[in-house]
Order: sequence, then C-alpha cells, then structure tokens
Amino acid sequence: MSDVLTVNKLKAYYIMNYFGTKREVRAVDNVSLTIRKNEIYGIAGESSSGKTSLIKVFAAAMRPPFEIVDGDIKFDFGDVKIDPYAEDKSKVDALRWSHFSYIMQGSMSVLNPVRKIGKTFEDFALKPMGVSKAAFKPLVIEHLEKLKLSPDILNSYPHELSGGMRQRVTIALATVCRPKFIIADEPTTALDVVVQKEVLSMIRGIQQEMGSSVVFVTHDMSVHANITDRIGIFYAGRLVEEGPTKLMFEQPKHPYTYHLVSSIPRIGDTQRRTSLEGKPPSLATPPNGCRFHPRCPIATDKCSQENPELIDIGQGRRVACFHSDKVKPLAEAIQ
Amino acid sequence: MNKLLEVKNVVKKFNTGGLFSNKKLTAVNDVSFTLDKNKPEIFTIIGESGSGKTTLARMILGLETTTHGEILHEGKRVDGNANRSTRMNFMRSVQPVFQNPFEAFNPLKKIDQYLVSTTKELLQIEDDEEVKTIIDDNLQKVGLSHAEIMGRYPHELSGGQLQRTAIARALICNPSLLVADEPVSMVDASLKMSIVNLLQSLRDDFGVNVIYITHDLATAYYISDRIIIMQKGLVVEMGPARPILDDPKHPYSQLLKASVLSIADAGNGQLAPATDLIEIVNRNEGQIGKMRTYEDTRQVREYS
Repeated sequence: MSDVLTVNKLKAYYIMNYFGTKREVRAVDNVSLTIRKNEIYGIAGESSSGKTSLIKVFAAAMRPPFEIVDGDIKFDFGDVKIDPYAEDKSKVDALRWSHFSYIMQGSMSVLNPVRKIGKTFEDFALKPMGVSKAAFKPLVIEHLEKLKLSPDILNSYPHELSGGMRQRVTIALATVCRPKFIIADEPTTALDVVVQKEVLSMIRGIQQEMGSSVVFVTHDMSVHANITDRIGIFYAGRLVEEGPTKLMFEQPKHPYTYHLVSSIPRIGDTQRRTSLEGKPPSLATPPNGCRFHPRCPIATDKCSQENPELIDIGQGRRVACFHSDKVKPLAEAIQ
Repeated sequence: MNKLLEVKNVVKKFNTGGLFSNKKLTAVNDVSFTLDKNKPEIFTIIGESGSGKTTLARMILGLETTTHGEILHEGKRVDGNANRSTRMNFMRSVQPVFQNPFEAFNPLKKIDQYLVSTTKELLQIEDDEEVKTIIDDNLQKVGLSHAEIMGRYPHELSGGQLQRTAIARALICNPSLLVADEPVSMVDASLKMSIVNLLQSLRDDFGVNVIYITHDLATAYYISDRIIIMQKGLVVEMGPARPILDDPKHPYSQLLKASVLSIADAGNGQLAPATDLIEIVNRNEGQIGKMRTYEDTRQVREYS
C-alpha cells in the first residue's frame, strides 16, 4: 500500500453542552481522503473552513470539546501501522516527531525564547532519535548542512535570527528525525515574497530528498500552484474538490475552486476580478444542502435542499457539485 | 498643480539598543513625492517588512514625527507637533485604514458606535437623524447597508465586511486622502478582490486619493497609477506603476517580481530562487547611489 494516511468518512465536531443547551460546530464533516507516499498534498480553504481542525485530527492533538463523532483514520508508516485514536496515547506519543511532525506558523512561539537553538533541538529531537547526546550533535549539524544552514545558529537565541531564518530553523527541527509524514500549517504566510520562495523551495527540496509526505495548509492559491502535487479544497468543513494541482488550476470543476483561481490578479493582466457575494458560513449554523449554495452563481433549487456527494470524476479527481459540468475550463484565462 | 500632499526629503531615524546606546536605525531615508489634489490616483508603496513603508505611512498620518524633512498637507506642515484644531482639520482630510480589521475594532463595542462617534466628532453634527443618513450614505459607497451593520459586534461580521466598514468610517468626513496600510492581507481570499475593487471605485467615482501600502505586486499592478518600491528605507524605483512592474529596472524590483509566485504553470513547482539577483541586491545594499530619470518618467536608483 502506498498511502501514508487514510481518512474514512471522518466527522469531528466541537460539542458544547452547557446549561442544558447543546451546540455542535461541525468543523470536519464527512471527510474522506488519502495522503500518498512522497507527495505534497495541499489543503486550501478560508478562515473557518475547518482546515486547522482537520490537521488537529491528523496530528492527534484534539482537546475537548473537539471530538471525533464518526469515521476512522489510519496511519501507515511502513514499519508501523496505527490508528491514533484506538491505540494507547503513549504509543502515539512515541511516534511523534520520529514518524510524524509539524512545521508551525508562528516560528517565534515555537522556538523557546530563552533557550539556544541547539538546546531546542535537544528538547524536541533527542528522545525521538534515540541516540546519545554526544552522537546527536553531529547528526544535527549534518542535517543543517543539508539544508544549507550554518551550524553557528545552534549557538544563537531565536531573537537573534530573522523571521525567514527562524522559519528555516523550524523546518530543520521538524525534519531532523526524517519523519514519514509532515504537517505544514501556513509555514510561509508571515514571510516576505523573496524569503517565502526560498523557504518553499527548501520544503520541496527536503521532502524530495527524504521521500516523505507533506500536508501543506495555506489559503494562498499561488503557493499551492507551485509546491503541491494534489490539492483538496475545503469549504465550511467539507471537502468540495480534490485533484492534481495542474488540473485544478486549468479545469476546476467546483464553482468555488473556479472563483478562487480566477480571482487571483496577475502582473501583466488588467482584466477586472471580482469577489464572491456574502461571507463564509458559520459552522455552528451551516446552510442546508450544499453549503456553498448561498454564494454560488450557478446554484439551483436542488442545491439548497440536497447535499452533493463527493464523487469520482476520473483523472484522480473528486468533486462535490451537482452542476460541475457547467463550470467553464480556465486554461485559456490563465495563460 | 494643486498639491494635496507633499513629502519632502523625509528621514526617520530610530534609536536602537538600550537607553544609553547611540545606535541609530534609519527606517526611512530621504523620501520625496507629491500627490495632486485635482487628479485622484492610487499611489502604491511596495516593500518588504523592514523597508520603512509603514513608518512612512505613520508619518503621513502624523502618528510619528520626522527626523528631517517635512510633510506638507495643502501647504501646511502636519507632521507630529500640530495643535488640536489643526490636527482635527487634518483628520477631516486624511484618514487611515489599518491592516487587521479584527484588531482595529474593539470586540466589546458595537460597530456603529465607531461610525456615530466619527460623524459627531469630525463633522460636528448632533442631530441623530442626520447622523444616520450620513452613515447610511457612506455604507452604501462601500456596498453595505445600515441594516447590515447597526447593532452588530465585530465578531458577527466577516473580515471583508469589517474592512469595508473601516473604509466607510474613514469616508464619513469626505477625506481627500486615504492611507491604507495592507488593507487586504488579513481578508479571506474569496473577499479580497472586493476590497481592492472598492479602492479603485473610490478613486474613480468619489475622487479620493489613496496611498496603498502593500507587499503584493499583483494587486498593485491591478489598481495603481504610480508606485514607489522601497528597500531598507530607500526608494529604489518610482514612477508609473504598470511600466515599472512590466519591466523593472532596479535589481531589487526585478528580484521582487521574480519572487512572485505565478499560477500560470500550476503543478510544476517553479521554486528556484533568483540567486543571481539576490547576489546583486546584497552587493548594492546600503549604498546610496543616485536617482536617474528615465524616458517614461520613472526614477531608478543607480550605483556607480
């Protein structure tokens, strides 16, 4: 089997039950997907589309009131197969960092401000690597050199480094144990354009070198276009479209994807771009039927009553829309 | 030419290090430009973090004093030390829009309180009905209505709606200049273009000058008339927006353009950094050089 992660009909809600009133926030609603070996899978969605909740489920970092209601999730790291919610917590914790790790957004809050970078490496990676302290340091230096970082940074404090350099350190930190599965949550959002490109190419490079799988979360479609192999588009807690990056940009099948791609302005193009009307729905009170229908330009009565299933349309693509055949290809528009 | 805003050789230095340290950081170094009152335009300031673009905006808004140079608004100096009445006059004409609409509004206050207090303070209107009509008119300009906003708290609105309300608030006193500091970077992708289009319609339909500060070259290309590109406090290239972004002359502008991620070839990962440009930029960094004017009126900093 070549899938690192298999998620089947996963439902994970925030369930609050206070003073006799029950509220459910359906942050992850019936999501099925697989992450293959050696690929970068992009997760795109706006704020409150449930993308952060989804990666919390992947990372087995759920805290009440967030809980899994239905469905299952399985990791297959080659040597270990595990369902992180069926197994004992200590077994999952033993796999953390050595088998799956994360690159987080706020590099300033990930790195301990009162410890030198070298000490932070020890805090995170010494135990998962299972080597002695003396053997550990040469391994870290070797890894830093692979990422073209100077070993001197091990002796500096986080505040002495620039934002881009700190983000590179967190990437080095997340990859030092050569994990099979890496979650990257908006790793470049806070960076400038020049540095962003360098950091993205570094993530791409280390992923190819190690052959790991990366789940790359960001709302920036132009980042997805350049780093991912496949993209899943999330809207209001549901996966609405999934497919290979190239096809998603050339022939989107869901009206929401179409909008996301077509609204990106580009240098050298003065064509007018528009935004969708309305706002992303609240997950506590989502609309009936297809959750996108109040903002959808091609919605019909059916869309407001029935929920479209995510169906396979060939070429490795899945889409949840009754009218996907009415969405025009974009290939000529973005040439 | 009727000068609305004149920025003359403005320099801003900050003290860095401890209390007794004598280290200075030059955040803005010798920036000059002029905005014309009769020809509304979108004037874009592009730069990375640390380029001094926000410091420049804060000086224009009078939130920061200048170290050298002057900022003239309709012929009068406005930087920092003006008294209350001149400051109020200035605020009637120049209004800010900030980056993060969720932080710009107090979460415990209803949104309409901001609109009402701005109307009462700056326009000196006390009659409630009149206040309401003025607010409604301005909300219409940004594509919102009175009913959508009244009595709502910030968390009840989307980022796009909040940012549009922030712009409506700024428009209440009919300003001739809007200073928008990264107005779209915190707004959801599907709503981003509505804000950008709104800035454009303010220029075209209401004759408002806009200083648009951003690091996003694509939206700058989409709406700007003129741009300046800043690197570490220095203006490296300034002039008409589209010719500059189509064919940048300064290596730093070229580097910025080369680093913009394109969606034209999606799925093929064009991620190789432009190392040759980075090298040239690093070599020239910190040098002052000289501004040279080209045929298409653009000015480019050149080093001997």
